[in-house]
Amino acid sequence: MFSVTVQSEDFDPGVEIGRLQGTRSDIGAVASFVGLVRDSHEGRVVRTMTLEHYPGMTEKSLQAIVDEARARWPLLGARVIHRVGPLAVGSRIVLVVVASAHRGAAFAACEFIMDYLKTRAPFWKHEDTPEGGRWVDARETDDAAAARWQY
Amino acid sequence: LNIRLLYFASLREALGDGGGALELPPAVRTVGELRAHLAARGDNWGRIAAGGNVRCAVNQQMVADGALLTEGAEVAFFPPVTGG
Repeated sequence: MFSVTVQSEDFDPGVEIGRLQGTRSDIGAVASFVGLVRDSHEGRVVRTMTLEHYPGMTEKSLQAIVDEARARWPLLGARVIHRVGPLAVGSRIVLVVVASAHRGAAFAACEFIMDYLKTRAPFWKHEDTPEGGRWVDARETDDAAAARWQY
Repeated sequence: LNIRLLYFASLREALGDGGGALELPPAVRTVGELRAHLAARGDNWGRIAAGGNVRCAVNQQMVADGALLTEGAEVAFFPPVTGG
């Protein structure tokens, strides 16, 4: 199973991992990543994070990233969930789960999907802080992380 | 040529505009020409000018400034993405 979802609701990583495995016995490795809302950013206290996105393009770009991962590694399944809307500190934002026969492909594809998601999927973070709201700036380190995969 | 414009995140706030339908003059046929056309409105619209930090997607695909606009195209401008 390969699927992507954009939703406001929370998700359960354990349930998603179980669903991806299902009744298959050819999966030998599952790697997962969960992104969370931190309580501070660049020295400022964060109270709430709001995720805006571009409906339609978001889903297409996530699907394209998963397709590119499948072209690079022998994957047996992948699940991407990204939340949108207001999220409290400590909330889960994003889930990436990748299944393969061996761990190498699962680890690599999981990191690849996150690196590409961060630089290509049309989401924007807005932080509510005690000093007021502000849009989060893109980070050059994220571009560098994505560029590592262009070989 | 008629297109539909969309703006997102900090750009939408700076413009005070969520987008809408726009009929283009005959001289505007590429994304780069559209950037110049919109930037000429002045003030914060200048952010859309080529060489700035605003990305463009046509029909939900990221494109470079040489991309051609087509009838009915959905054209979105937005700042660099920050999801994940």
